[in-house]
Amino acid sequence: MNTSELARRDKFQFSMLLNDKRYRSYTFQFFALFILICAMAYLGKNLLENLAAAGLNISYSFLGEPAGYDINQRLIEYNSQSTHLRASIVGVLNTLLVAFLGCIAATFFGVTAGILRLSNNWIVAKLMMIYVEIFRNVPVLIWILIIHSVFLAFLPQPKAFRGENPEATMLWDAFAFTGRGFYIPKPVFYDGSFIVIVTFILSIVGIFAFRYYARQKLYLEGKLLETRWTSVGIFFIPTLIIYFALGSPIGLEYPELKGFNFKGGIHARGSLISLWFALSIYTGAFIAEVVRAGIQSVEKGQSEAAGALGMRPNFIMNLVILPQALRVIVPPLISFYLNITKNSSLALAVGYMDITGTLGGITLNQTGRAIEAVLLLMLFYLAISLSISAIMNVYNRSIMLKER
Amino acid sequence: MSENNSFVRKEMISERIPPAADRGLVKWVRENLFSSAFNAIMTFISLWVIYSITVAVIPWFLNGVWDAKTVRECYDLLDGKSGACFAVLNERFPQLIYGFKYPSSEYWRPNLATVLLIVALAPILFRRLPRQLLIFSAVYPFLAFWLIWGGSILTSVSAFLGCAIAVICYRRFSSRSFALAVLISLIAANVWWIIGGYIVDLNASFLSLEVVASRDMGGFMLNLLLGTIAVCLSIPLGIALALGRQSGMPIIKWICVVFIEFIRGVPLITLLFVANVILAFFFPPDTSIDLILRVLIMMTFFNAAYIAEVVRGGLAALSKGQYEAADSIGLDYTQSMRFIILPQALKISIPGIVNVSVGMLKDTTLVSIISMFDLVGMIRGPILSSTDWNGVYWELFGAAAAIFFVVCFSVSKYSQWLERQLETDKR
Repeated sequence: MNTSELARRDKFQFSMLLNDKRYRSYTFQFFALFILICAMAYLGKNLLENLAAAGLNISYSFLGEPAGYDINQRLIEYNSQSTHLRASIVGVLNTLLVAFLGCIAATFFGVTAGILRLSNNWIVAKLMMIYVEIFRNVPVLIWILIIHSVFLAFLPQPKAFRGENPEATMLWDAFAFTGRGFYIPKPVFYDGSFIVIVTFILSIVGIFAFRYYARQKLYLEGKLLETRWTSVGIFFIPTLIIYFALGSPIGLEYPELKGFNFKGGIHARGSLISLWFALSIYTGAFIAEVVRAGIQSVEKGQSEAAGALGMRPNFIMNLVILPQALRVIVPPLISFYLNITKNSSLALAVGYMDITGTLGGITLNQTGRAIEAVLLLMLFYLAISLSISAIMNVYNRSIMLKER
Repeated sequence: MSENNSFVRKEMISERIPPAADRGLVKWVRENLFSSAFNAIMTFISLWVIYSITVAVIPWFLNGVWDAKTVRECYDLLDGKSGACFAVLNERFPQLIYGFKYPSSEYWRPNLATVLLIVALAPILFRRLPRQLLIFSAVYPFLAFWLIWGGSILTSVSAFLGCAIAVICYRRFSSRSFALAVLISLIAANVWWIIGGYIVDLNASFLSLEVVASRDMGGFMLNLLLGTIAVCLSIPLGIALALGRQSGMPIIKWICVVFIEFIRGVPLITLLFVANVILAFFFPPDTSIDLILRVLIMMTFFNAAYIAEVVRGGLAALSKGQYEAADSIGLDYTQSMRFIILPQALKISIPGIVNVSVGMLKDTTLVSIISMFDLVGMIRGPILSSTDWNGVYWELFGAAAAIFFVVCFSVSKYSQWLERQLETDKR
């Protein structure tokens, strides 16, 4: 092949758009973009025609109108005269509340079950296996409905607490578990409570500072300071001293039986409790498998090597096994947290008013603004998912094996 | 010497059995249940849990009433004893399985379709079976459509012939160029479908079954239908999305990334809302696409996005050398994907794909929230709200849980078995 031939080949020809690997990708991308734009235009045209035919428009002004419905479980002030926007915010907070509680409880169930599945006690390991398999293989919606009916069926109604010889009693006169929900004491803040809270926060900061100091001491001077009991001391003592010195500025308001129902305290509705419990025990089964896999992924040689270096068992666990197991456990764990958040939208089935129940449920049905409401709903979930996965990417990068 | 000889044993003593504490059941119990004080406590707690569950459930189960007309009759028969009212399952069985509108004279059709589904899946699931059975698997979707929805068999035959023509054209031209072959087969199939459409319209009653509308389907049949179709359609779509996400072409890559991340970022229930109230706005004004199809579209998208992520994991797990080796022996993109990359990547992805698909089958229960009457929807709607069976939660939800458990558990066991079968690199 002589040079002129090469030069001729390199000059752009129209057929190269299909036959030359260097240009072909442009052709493909151009067509993909073209088809995408056409499809979008077609769908957009249909949407506009349909909206015009139905006499609708896209407008978010409904968010400012009074909602006109009640929400029984709420974290912020709300009444039926509040706007749809405020109803949605109540829903958002309810979603975040059940997701947050669910994540904590699911981690607890999952870690416990995962560790117990590896127990050398045969019967415990088998029981945990049954728990994991049963909960993983049945839809979460069925679990939510089953657990909701368990709560309704087995917990006493408030009227059972009445009378001289009641069928049900409150736990320590402070907690009442009823079919209508749980009543728990509510903290009441008097003057000076602010100082107590600040002291408490400062002592937590102090614990971290002390631990940092102890670690520096260990690395620089080789001295091992006692940290556990000192930390416990810092945690309790200053706060308690300030608390009693100021004359107990934080009190508790206990729920009391008045008439046929409980008054006072915090009332967590039955729907919240059953949704919370169902989501956490269902996701816990998945987390258990992840925890088990994580622990098993650390080779036995690692703990044996640490033992050969003379480390004590709790040091082996904390410094050798856990950091390696967590690298396997944490990424799926976070995606299960995300799953809890997304599955909390099933609140609709038990009547818990989360964002899907308010914005995607009653608001949508009342105003008929389906497109706007569902779009907002999706954006909310999308924002949560994307922010959590951004955090996860940062974490993954930080724990990536530093080799090569 | 002989009068003072020490004892010399001539034959071996037979082995003595180990002490009682070190053998058989006792040893096993000591090692596995009471190896330490903590373990002993755990054992007793577990035994107590098992005992209390057994005591509560066994009489409830054994006293179960299987024959009654209403829940009142049930309680009368139980006469205050603890017992289940399984009669509801007995009486409402067709509703739980087929929904309440599917004509009862036609129940044989979904039954037959399910049996044939097993036959069609068998050669795909078990590689030992004769390969000729795969022909039936290819015919099955069209047969099942005819059986379940009814109408003339010619519709299914015509659709099948169109697909067959497309495959033949693709085979004929694929040696020249992949793009050309795809284009020609698409055109040929569409031409056939237009012609076939006329033929079907002329003979609309040929071998015709009673038409059942989509909205009349319900019960577990609906779950199985949605789950199977969504999974089957989403696997190819998911693989395509994963390949698109891996591709070096930025526009195609970003289309795939946005699609996948959007779908994975929102709960399925919001996508079902879209199917229920919004999707209709995007179709041309005079068409009406029924709800089951809109739900299917959304479920397929949902599952495809998750499968794409699983397959992407499989693609990323392959060493770079595999890609380079494929390039170096001169394979083009489609060839290297088809013969080198995807077989390996999909093998790694199988457990993930099965997990996602089992999840999809479980998630089909969410359609009950947009008031479709699947298994859960039937229970929550027509059955529990009827005066006859008001309040029999346990039996109904227990039965639903049991059905799903059997299906999902066997699928995941199958995937574990398949994983072991495909382990070619380990001995």
